[in-house]
Amino acid sequence: MKLHLRVWRQRRPDAAGAFADYDLDDVSPEMSFLEMLDVLNERLTLGGEEPIAFDHDCREGICGSCSLMINGTAHGPNRGTATCQLHMRTFADGDTLRIEPWRSAAFPVLRDLIVDRGAFDGIIQAGGFVSVNTGSAVEANLIPIGKPEADLAMDAAACIGCGACVAQCPNGAAQLFTAAKVSQLAILPQGRPERARRVLGMVRAMEESFGACSNFAQCEAVCPKSISIGFIARMNGEFLRAALAQPAAD
Amino acid sequence: MTLESKVPAGPLTEKWSRHKFELKLVNPANKRRFEVIIVGSGLAGGAAAATLAEAGYNVKCFCYQDSPRRAHSIAAQGGINASKNYQNDGDSVFRLFYDTVKGGDFRSREANVYRLAEVSEAIIDQCVAQGVPFAREYGGQLDNRSFGGAQVSRTFYARGQTGQQLLLGAYQALERQIAKGKVRMYPRTEMLDLVVHDERARGIVTRDMVSGKIESHTADAVVLATGGYVNVFFLSTNAKGCNGTAIWRAYRRGAYFANPCYTQIHPTCIPVHGDYQSKLTLMSESLRNDGRIWVPTAAGDARRPEEVPESERDYFLERKYPAFGNLVPRDIASRAAKEVCDEGRGVAHGGLGVYLDFEDAIRRLGVETIRDRYGNLFEMYERITGDDPYRTAMKIYPAPHYSMGGLWVDYDLMSTIPGLYVIGEANFSDHGANRLGASALMQGLADGYFVLPYTIGDYLSRHMGEGPLPTDHAAFGHVESEVRGRIEKLLSVGGARTVDDFHRELGRLCWDYCGMSRERGGLAKALEEIPRLRESFWRDVKVTGAGEELNQALEKAGRVADFMELAELMCRDALEREESCGTHFRKEFQTAEGEARRNDEDFTHVAAWEFTGDGNAPRRHVEELEFENVVPSQRSYK
Ligand SMILES: Cc1cc2nc3c(=O)[nH]c(=O)nc-3n(C[C@H](O)[C@H](O)[C@H](O)COP(=O)(O)OP(=O)(O)OC[C@H]3O[C@@H](n4cnc5c(N)ncnc54)[C@H](O)[C@@H]3O)c2cc1C
Ligand code: FES
Repeated sequence: MKLHLRVWRQRRPDAAGAFADYDLDDVSPEMSFLEMLDVLNERLTLGGEEPIAFDHDCREGICGSCSLMINGTAHGPNRGTATCQLHMRTFADGDTLRIEPWRSAAFPVLRDLIVDRGAFDGIIQAGGFVSVNTGSAVEANLIPIGKPEADLAMDAAACIGCGACVAQCPNGAAQLFTAAKVSQLAILPQGRPERARRVLGMVRAMEESFGACSNFAQCEAVCPKSISIGFIARMNGEFLRAALAQPAAD
Repeated sequence: MTLESKVPAGPLTEKWSRHKFELKLVNPANKRRFEVIIVGSGLAGGAAAATLAEAGYNVKCFCYQDSPRRAHSIAAQGGINASKNYQNDGDSVFRLFYDTVKGGDFRSREANVYRLAEVSEAIIDQCVAQGVPFAREYGGQLDNRSFGGAQVSRTFYARGQTGQQLLLGAYQALERQIAKGKVRMYPRTEMLDLVVHDERARGIVTRDMVSGKIESHTADAVVLATGGYVNVFFLSTNAKGCNGTAIWRAYRRGAYFANPCYTQIHPTCIPVHGDYQSKLTLMSESLRNDGRIWVPTAAGDARRPEEVPESERDYFLERKYPAFGNLVPRDIASRAAKEVCDEGRGVAHGGLGVYLDFEDAIRRLGVETIRDRYGNLFEMYERITGDDPYRTAMKIYPAPHYSMGGLWVDYDLMSTIPGLYVIGEANFSDHGANRLGASALMQGLADGYFVLPYTIGDYLSRHMGEGPLPTDHAAFGHVESEVRGRIEKLLSVGGARTVDDFHRELGRLCWDYCGMSRERGGLAKALEEIPRLRESFWRDVKVTGAGEELNQALEKAGRVADFMELAELMCRDALEREESCGTHFRKEFQTAEGEARRNDEDFTHVAAWEFTGDGNAPRRHVEELEFENVVPSQRSYK
């Protein structure tokens, strides 16, 4: 396959970036998208140019490192697929691919296609946990959890924290990411004692760094784990419940 | 120096509880006065950092990813073992202990393994309390599945994402402590060396992977939780960034490296499909619960699997090992697959693959049950290969997966450098010559949640009031300048070959000569070729860019440079261990039926290697292993 690539190159966080053009004429359809970039990087290196920097680690769609905007879509055209799991057979000979980093004020570009997603950790710090110290847990089977609830919690917990939801959102909102964690922990009995505090804290932290949600639902469409926006509705419900229950003086 | 395992006296079942009582404690007010560095935020490091901070210690935690949540533990699929005996099928602490010692082919320390089995139950309790959404039965109780090397169902799982869920549990506990100011987190920060002064670990030297800044960090104790080193093979199931640098640098500073030749080859991975391949994908071992492994009876059979009639299929694991069938331990399953491929009966690209078939299981249980159990794995397979496993058999082949070898540690998980602890896959401790499935997650969390937090206090209490060494001390300056020198050297070679190109060549050498089967001649050859390759690396590598910026080529180059040295030690260890045990299969040492033949008389020991300087042969020390509670036998899964 022959491909034409337009890739965002930016040397430093404060430097101006620009697209650079590359032609590849030996792409195998069996390659993964990142392997295609590896091949290009090998060529660039041998030609004395610096390789394109991009985040990746597991290459199995689970660590959430990879984060490419491909022709304007986070993680590219396939539903429920992270960039690292995308294979070149998805594209056609002669295609032009525009490859960019996540674009969002909350995720500043560090170099080329790499951004800083530290703001996500900040949301978790604001309450995305159960406060249980090591050693203080009760017997695991003491509290039964119905299979449907456990499965639903797992659906939410599947989030890999890649940031595609934010990158695709016209407002740069982090509702889907936040809602997934709020929901997981609100569904499970272990998370209930802190549910009000949690949702208030996490939503506050989210709003500090990210945009507002206007129900575009583009987050769900690009989520590599197909996390449902139903969880956003659940989070809004949780939030309302918690806010109403707050003492007036708070 | 003699190796003191410090295994406590007394009966096996009481060793850990007695030892916990005998360990010195640090009182809560004093814990605040200690700083602990933890390198790594995977299951082991994340759990340890959270737990030590909860106890009151001040922790600095480092990882190379942009967030601690992305540590490679996230990729574990199948599950975690614990001896809860919820299935009422005869499990017990002793059985889990026994299975693990036997699975490791009687090359692990009894007392450590027993402790691991003992704390396994508390791990499940802890994770459930954190909100880990383990799979449940309709009655609301926890569900279990079976894994290789066991005849009981003791594996807890969260769909095919168990590692992810366990890690997020630990990560959330860690973030809670970060929010409280008890843990300072350093993401995108790579440890490049260890600082030892007065024969004690005092801190580390790191590189900020965004700015390129070299920095010193000091502490009262240092914990390495940096994971395994099978990326030495280039192609493996590990994440691309997994590396041996932290433990290798510690080895060069005096920590002994134990059993480097024990590397596990996982039987169920997606076969290689091209030269550009960057990594191999694991298909969880849990698939062997229901999938049947086979190859055509005749060599060169080119029909599609559906077209091969039952009578012309060889279910070779079921045939050779009727008692365990498709659930034999990994080393045995891998070797059996290699054998049938060597006979020309392999099925994928280059004849390097065997079928893993769900036809029978789907007929027996229905598509829905199979989808429920393995849906996401099947999807992943289809995404990568374009084949639909509901309709056609999967193709699988063994790939490097896990390192049982690692830095030598005593019962307290302390290395031969006082004040340097090693936990998780980075140490050598619990799995002997072969790890059983679902036991790495257990070990990482055992070390991090329940062992290190006790044992480290004993060391710290002995250094009460001394305080960390200031980072302007010459010991730090000296290491910093060595680190800088190395980086400059890498950047200045200006050769003609890329880092990946060298890494691939190194990986091929290791795979050919020190992979699934090994022999004297091949290992000797590897020991000649690796130093040659290393020399050519330092002469001809091309690393672009500068040191003071985000530079992925430089990061890789440093790691590969260390792998070039580690590979040699791995081959040397494999050569010196003149027996077959677990994953270490030496062709010269096999039974008439082609099974591993141990040499208990000469090799019932841990080999721990001491660095003696560049250009000098490393020194081999041994820790004798004593079996008082199980009798080493020829492993049989027939
Ligand atoms: C695909 C796959 C599936 C698996 N499935 C299972 C399973 O089902 N059950 C099971 O029990 N086991 C499984 N394993 C094994 C298990 O996942 C690992 O052994 C275990 O998670 C290792 O945990 P760890 O904490 O020791 O290291 P890791 O999780 O690898 O963490 C290492 C940490 O160290 C950091 N680090 C490394 N080097 C440096 C450095 N130089 N400087 C700074 N930081 C550094 C990394 O950033 C990371 O935070 C699987 C492994 C793989 C590869
Ligand atoms: S590299 Fe891990 S999710 Fe893509």
